[in-house]
Amino acid sequence: MSSSTHHPAYVHHFENLSEQKEAATFGMWVFIAQEVLFFGGLFAAYAIYRNLHPEAFYFGSHHLNIPLGAANTAVLIFSSLTMALAVHAAALGKRQQIVGWLLATVFLGSVFLGVKVVEYKEKFDHHLVPGASFQAGQLGMAEHIADPVLRGKAERASQIYFSLYFSMTGLHALHMIIGVPLILWIAARAWLGQFGPEYHSPVEIIGLYWHFVDIIWIFLFPLLYLIPKPH
Amino acid sequence: MTDHAAAADHAEAHEHAHPHIVPVRTYILVFLALMVGTAITVGASYVDFGHSYLNNLVALLIAFTKATLVVLFFMHVKYSSKVTQLAVGSGFAFLVILFFFTFADYLTRGWLGTPGS
Repeated sequence: MSSSTHHPAYVHHFENLSEQKEAATFGMWVFIAQEVLFFGGLFAAYAIYRNLHPEAFYFGSHHLNIPLGAANTAVLIFSSLTMALAVHAAALGKRQQIVGWLLATVFLGSVFLGVKVVEYKEKFDHHLVPGASFQAGQLGMAEHIADPVLRGKAERASQIYFSLYFSMTGLHALHMIIGVPLILWIAARAWLGQFGPEYHSPVEIIGLYWHFVDIIWIFLFPLLYLIPKPH
Repeated sequence: MTDHAAAADHAEAHEHAHPHIVPVRTYILVFLALMVGTAITVGASYVDFGHSYLNNLVALLIAFTKATLVVLFFMHVKYSSKVTQLAVGSGFAFLVILFFFTFADYLTRGWLGTPGS
């Protein structure tokens, strides 16, 4: 029996706090493995349809805003750094620093979501949301694909590109929308002094979640924004 | 229990009680590497490597490198226990299985052409 069994966060079915922490980390990684496959299905769908309709994906991709996408990538990577520093502060038991870095992460996450709103609005304004109002004519395929049959096929398929764009970035954004209040909850608990060098699993676990969301974007950005001209 | 085993147990318990604390410097370096990787990804997308497959390959290789850095350092997997590393590895392994069998079908259709045409 170690002194860690006297910690208020300790639950008795674990041998000690470090075993409790190990179980929490393991459980979170099992959840993340499930998330990997959850997103994996969308990435597989992306690969299949891009292979079938390379032109549609290329022209669709060129209507995304690369500067905004790149800036958002930087913002999200920065938010991963602030999250890592929050976990670091928790391991050292620096209460105010944990709260500060967590709030910085929330701020950067909100900036990312705000930029996403601007980008989505652009797509709605330009009639690039799949459905009855979708207008493929503006994608500029007329000058590049002379054959009207092939062009019609590519223009129809461009809705598949934008469907994947919205479902993949939408599911990613949903994860962030869920993550922000969770981080605020952990920040409030940190403020109340619940975390220190002995016990800070919740900070670590929310950190794992946030970094996972960052990794998804690391793949989404080149795959959706930077599609090379097929040749 | 031998003295040696007891000592090993003690060392392990000690290690668990004081988990590895990654220095801030490491986090900053990983952050900078991720930023540089992003810049290279954007830059490389404007370069014609002769075939668009090469552009895709470069973009994905950089993305994999960035993801690995995040997993190892930001997510502490480099310093995690073997069982956690196993969970991480199995998540990736099942993704590979998903991709392999899906692409083995969809991406190879038409390779042999249609008989009679």
